[in-house]
Amino acid sequence: MSLKHDIEFTLNGVKRRATVGVGMTTLDMLRDVIGLSGTKYGCGEGECGACTIVVDGASLNSCLMFAVDCHGRNVTTIEGLASDAKADALRDAFVLHGAVQCGFCTPGMMMQASHLLACHPDADADTIKRGIEGNLCRCTGYKKIVDAIASVGETAK
Amino acid sequence: MNVAEKTKTIQPDSLIGKRIPKMDAPEKASGKTRYIHDIDLPGQLHGKILRSARVHARIRSIDTSAARALPGVHVVITAADIPDQRPIGVAKDHLPLKRDRVRSQRDEIAAVAAESEEIALQALKLIKVEYEDLPIISDPTEAIKPGAPLIHPEPHGADGSHEHLKQGMPVAYAGKPDNIAMRFDYGHGDVAQGEAESDVVIEDTFKLHYVTHCCMGVSGIIAEFDASGNLLMYSNTQVPFLHKREFAEYLNMDPSRIRIIQPPIGGGFGSKLDIYPFEVICVFLARAAKRPVKMVFSREEEFLASPTRQPVLLTLRSGCRKDGTLTFRQVHTLHDNGAYTSWGATTPFVMMQTFSSLYRVPHCDYHTTAVYTNNPYAGSFRGYGNLQATFAIEAHMDKLAEAIGMDPLDFRLKNAQEKGEVTGQGMSFKSCGFKECLTTAASRSDFRRKHRENIRNRNTPDPVKRGIGIASMLHVGGGAKIYPSDGCGTILKLDDFAHVTLITGASEIGQGSETVLSQLVCEELGLPISAVTVVNNDTDITPWDVGVHASRTTFIAGNSAIGAAKKAKAKILAAAAKKFECPEADLDLRGGFIIKAASGEPLIDLARLMRNLHFTEKAELVMTTFYYEPPSKHQDKGFKGDVSAAYAWATQVVEVEVDTETGIVRMTRVTGAHDVGRVLNRLGIEGQIEGGVVMGQGYALTEDLTIENGVMRNPNFRDYKLVTAPEIPEMDISFIESMDGEGPQGAKGVGEAPAICIAAATANAIYNATGVRIYGLPFTPERVYRALHGKAEKPYWKPWKPE
Repeated sequence: MSLKHDIEFTLNGVKRRATVGVGMTTLDMLRDVIGLSGTKYGCGEGECGACTIVVDGASLNSCLMFAVDCHGRNVTTIEGLASDAKADALRDAFVLHGAVQCGFCTPGMMMQASHLLACHPDADADTIKRGIEGNLCRCTGYKKIVDAIASVGETAK
Repeated sequence: MNVAEKTKTIQPDSLIGKRIPKMDAPEKASGKTRYIHDIDLPGQLHGKILRSARVHARIRSIDTSAARALPGVHVVITAADIPDQRPIGVAKDHLPLKRDRVRSQRDEIAAVAAESEEIALQALKLIKVEYEDLPIISDPTEAIKPGAPLIHPEPHGADGSHEHLKQGMPVAYAGKPDNIAMRFDYGHGDVAQGEAESDVVIEDTFKLHYVTHCCMGVSGIIAEFDASGNLLMYSNTQVPFLHKREFAEYLNMDPSRIRIIQPPIGGGFGSKLDIYPFEVICVFLARAAKRPVKMVFSREEEFLASPTRQPVLLTLRSGCRKDGTLTFRQVHTLHDNGAYTSWGATTPFVMMQTFSSLYRVPHCDYHTTAVYTNNPYAGSFRGYGNLQATFAIEAHMDKLAEAIGMDPLDFRLKNAQEKGEVTGQGMSFKSCGFKECLTTAASRSDFRRKHRENIRNRNTPDPVKRGIGIASMLHVGGGAKIYPSDGCGTILKLDDFAHVTLITGASEIGQGSETVLSQLVCEELGLPISAVTVVNNDTDITPWDVGVHASRTTFIAGNSAIGAAKKAKAKILAAAAKKFECPEADLDLRGGFIIKAASGEPLIDLARLMRNLHFTEKAELVMTTFYYEPPSKHQDKGFKGDVSAAYAWATQVVEVEVDTETGIVRMTRVTGAHDVGRVLNRLGIEGQIEGGVVMGQGYALTEDLTIENGVMRNPNFRDYKLVTAPEIPEMDISFIESMDGEGPQGAKGVGEAPAICIAAATANAIYNATGVRIYGLPFTPERVYRALHGKAEKPYWKPWKPE
């Protein structure tokens, strides 16, 4: 019985293969097998959002997704936002609005915010707050994160 | 520099008070920052700890043979394998690996270093431990009763015999004759006289609960010995230099052979101020395995094995005259110490300051007993006892005002401290914007009108009642002289291109110290913030600092950075004066140039002057050092003394909506006014205050670490409720700039301040809305509903102190 599977999927725009344990989470695959450490472990049970990634256009907690389920899918992590012009504006907004303190929740927050804006380009503050409800931050009190996201939304233009 | 060279004059500019983005933010927002979790060393093993399956038990036997036999396991250790382990912690009552007894659910019994985390976890499951249960003491009021089972009873030596037992042996070996871990007794004036002079006297008990830090990045450490036996630790500690010394003691090593590197820290808030067993155990594993060992907590372990905020039972007796003058305060507290002693036991240092000195009180009597139980042990947490103290005091400020029929704001203003005051405890307020904080927060929130109207509206048919409450705080804002030195060192270096390397002892824990320190240096040297690189994370490189705690970094490290920058500036101007054959006083630094001070005309760009200085026969570099020690004093044995070089003040007004049918309290608005001395980085200070407010909101409304009979019931984010984005209140923050004479550019510390008053103000707001006062936290729907419907029992603890 093999406890490992070979999977093939698109990660940040690049097709790749990986050999993963059947019980492994996508989070562990990204961090330990592939070596991308931008996606963070915060709780391992889908409560904090630090490990948020986007799979086939849906944001989800990578700690709750089996790595084998990435097979055939399109996965984007915080590293993948580096080649996304809209994400550049979002990152600059996080910096300029003081949305980053210890920064540990920030990659997950960035992923969720970028996904939120892709779905709701005209999101107002209340929509943004609901949109990042699943992402915990212990430093900022969320206000500057909401301000940062709102500043790149269409309502700000 | 071509464009600038063409300008005829360079106008004065300042970075102080501007909105300066954090220097580390771009990396963090790109997911590129490498926290301890993201670091792996070649040859690294993974460490895991076996914790107790019981709350209080004798360890009969430990069998590790099956774990040792598991392929991939390098080392398994128990107390028996580490005969030289020494007790750690504030009271030296805590052996990292437990020998014959576990005293709480978190207790460490064995540890494994293996090829992978999975193998290490598998090995833990193979370790067999036989226990013999002992009676559990989880109620501190039971623990102080005569005849209560003892948490640290048995005298035994390091080798298990009684021979080592001598006077002065640490608690871990000698035990304790009772469950009292620590005592604090303070007083000024004569409370009996104060009571006799009172027209109104009230007494209440307040019950403050367990909460924990919930840093988003869980705890972790990597330990490695080099071939010569030098120890390198990657650690998230907030106190690297104290750690170095303490680790040396616990490991029986020369401190000079210990080096600590701090990767960026995923949240601290006081949780990383002490040495914990996992850190020492990880070093034991690395020593035994002769390989680097990395140990990182799971979230559940983070809850179980991290320190908490100190739970406190507090009975406060206060009085005042009819004219609104406070007469006395008498305080007795019972601190639940948990099974071991960490900094939580010492929070009375801060609590008594609030009781003695937030308002003018002529007579004050304060007593704390910290008592051992089988509960989790408490450490330091942002605010350090001040949330608990302020909760009690501000409830009584409202109650006393109501009893004498005085407006609650007027009552506070009448008793508020002012600049120039020296309090009964010896604290000297050289800058004090307290009254301005009170009036600013009150006027910006329309406090008086809303407070009156809410009382009138209590009996309207609408089930949702509105309330407004006010509370204020006093906290150290210029360091805290607890250790022999409260200082910080800086090394400043300018290279051939006028790039500055600022090497500071101060740690960045997300608060933005790198950016503020760079601003202060740039202000002296007339450079843009981009001209600075900060090095702050390696004890082999950085000069000494006592650590990031007590809201001290901006003040202490800031003054240190300014000191080094001033010396660099003097050296640069002296060289320039020689070159241009003019007095130094005629020159200044601005916009990256040496300029004529009077006209602003640029003479030479700084980088070229640096090269001129370097590449001559007298070849010189500009490198300066400075050590800043604040002009504060240690407390005397009676806890009196001016321990901080400056004190911070704040008033926060909280508005709530209380649904009387469900007990749900919604925090709608927080209006804060903070005496911060001076705003250095507006963006950073706003963020710190907003974050503190929301942390205070969690303490007030949602966070409750539930411990039942010593067992933690909710060690996860599902059942331990942190505030989420949709719940945050509207926030209106004002800054009172009292321009402290000793502060860097006039600034004072602010790190802890914003979390301190929120729960106290919320209690007052709920009372304002409903006429019901709740004496325990948090204000969950259940607790509030019970209180509103007469189902709540008012806590009472009869004031007690040992004979």
